[in-house]
Amino acid sequence: MCGIVGLFLKDRTLEPQLGSLLAGMLAVMTDRGPDSAGFAVYGHGETGRIKLTVRGANLTDLASALGPDVHGTLRDSHLVLSVPAVQEDRVRGWLATERPDVVVIGAGKRIELYKEVGLPAAVSARFGLDGMAGTHGIGHTRMATESAVTTDGAHPFSTGADQCLVHNGSLSNHRSLRRMLEPKGISFATDNDSEVAAGYLSWKLREGATLAQALEAGLDDLDGFFTFVVGTENGFAVLRDPIACKPAIMAETDRYVAFGSEYRALVGLPGIEDARVFEPEPARVYAWERN
Amino acid sequence: MQVVDLAEVSRRDLNGRLHKLAPDTNETHWRVENPKGQHALVAGLNAPITVEIAGHAGYYCAGMNQQATVRIEGNAGVGVAENMMSGTVHVLGDVSQSAGATAHGGLLIVDGNASARCGISMKGIDIVVKGSIGPMSAFMAQSGALVVLGDAGDALGDSIYEARLYVRGSVRSLGADCIEKDMRAEHREQLRQLLDAAGATDVSVDGFKRYGSARTLYNFHVDNAAAY
Repeated sequence: MCGIVGLFLKDRTLEPQLGSLLAGMLAVMTDRGPDSAGFAVYGHGETGRIKLTVRGANLTDLASALGPDVHGTLRDSHLVLSVPAVQEDRVRGWLATERPDVVVIGAGKRIELYKEVGLPAAVSARFGLDGMAGTHGIGHTRMATESAVTTDGAHPFSTGADQCLVHNGSLSNHRSLRRMLEPKGISFATDNDSEVAAGYLSWKLREGATLAQALEAGLDDLDGFFTFVVGTENGFAVLRDPIACKPAIMAETDRYVAFGSEYRALVGLPGIEDARVFEPEPARVYAWERN
Repeated sequence: MQVVDLAEVSRRDLNGRLHKLAPDTNETHWRVENPKGQHALVAGLNAPITVEIAGHAGYYCAGMNQQATVRIEGNAGVGVAENMMSGTVHVLGDVSQSAGATAHGGLLIVDGNASARCGISMKGIDIVVKGSIGPMSAFMAQSGALVVLGDAGDALGDSIYEARLYVRGSVRSLGADCIEKDMRAEHREQLRQLLDAAGATDVSVDGFKRYGSARTLYNFHVDNAAAY
């Protein structure tokens, strides 16, 4: 069992509240996943720069060691590096050789990604999710069944620029998919089945598919139980397996689209009383894109 | 009327108060405010009372109900009225998966749509859904009736026993051993009664089709030996 929440804003005036709304949703889903939690927030990017979210210990001086063009925002065990896009390869190379102890868990123009072991409310508080602004965000609370309770095993997973995926369920053909994807240049940091689903979508998107097309293809190629919520730089999508093994409920108003594993997660959202509340159908892709 | 505000009282306290009601209680009308999707609301009732839920309910609302009338003024989550024995549960909105699962009796009315597995393993409950139902509904349904004014999803009535399914709209596909059957006078009469009980007095029984078991999976058949 796991819990998923997602919030995609249509009304820009809600953007300063994205983090606090998402934190509230995440805390309610503690019952479904008390082991660890994580979230991705799509904030505002800067032209010509990318963000690298780095996780590890001893991060205080890391940004300054990368030179004057790199700025860092430290949040507990995570550091978000703002890097000139042209210097991404240099920074990644430097990290690989000089700081092999840290891992880059997310990269893109706008995505920031945080995850840790612990109760969801505690994880949110450690990173200050309450105070984060953005256009959309996705969160996950994990109750581990197939692999250990580690930060590496926590969601979301990001395998491409500004892409992330959270998953409730389990995949049975992830080993063979991994063998198919690795020669195509999709690399994985963990042994987790959900990361393979993220990598699969990254591969499809790289080949030119839209987010909706990539998920449609996943219905044929991914074997197992899944409810996915996926984020891209400007998109937000939901897909459930053909027998809808895992729960999902959505709410849409003029101001936002929200996803929760259970309706309880949505009750704190503004105007929820008048929202269109619906259960996504099995094997049907739901996707939203902002301009 | 007894009003319980779940913003102030815990769900356990509410259920505990309702469980203690004597069969001849005078407190026959209850209203539950701020349900906010909590699970197991008013489960396990066994008294001739009416309970109104003022909003959306979570999982297993009114599960195991006996005698009571429960009215949910919103949507209900997974397993509403599961294993109901008697009484009535009326949902004004939509319901999630496994509505009325394994229920032995009573009437479940859904004004909106029901998602997958509606009436799974039903054992005597009557269910009336005024919208449509999702896939795999009435799976292994044993007895009782499922009435659907809208459409039915894939694999309706898979491995069904003796439940009767009445669908007015389209059926995307029938499950194993489920077939369309004749609407005889007794079926029209039963359907009329169920529609009236659900307040759909203006809905004609014409246009409904009946589905039920072909009864080919009841007993071991030597031709199926390879499947075991």
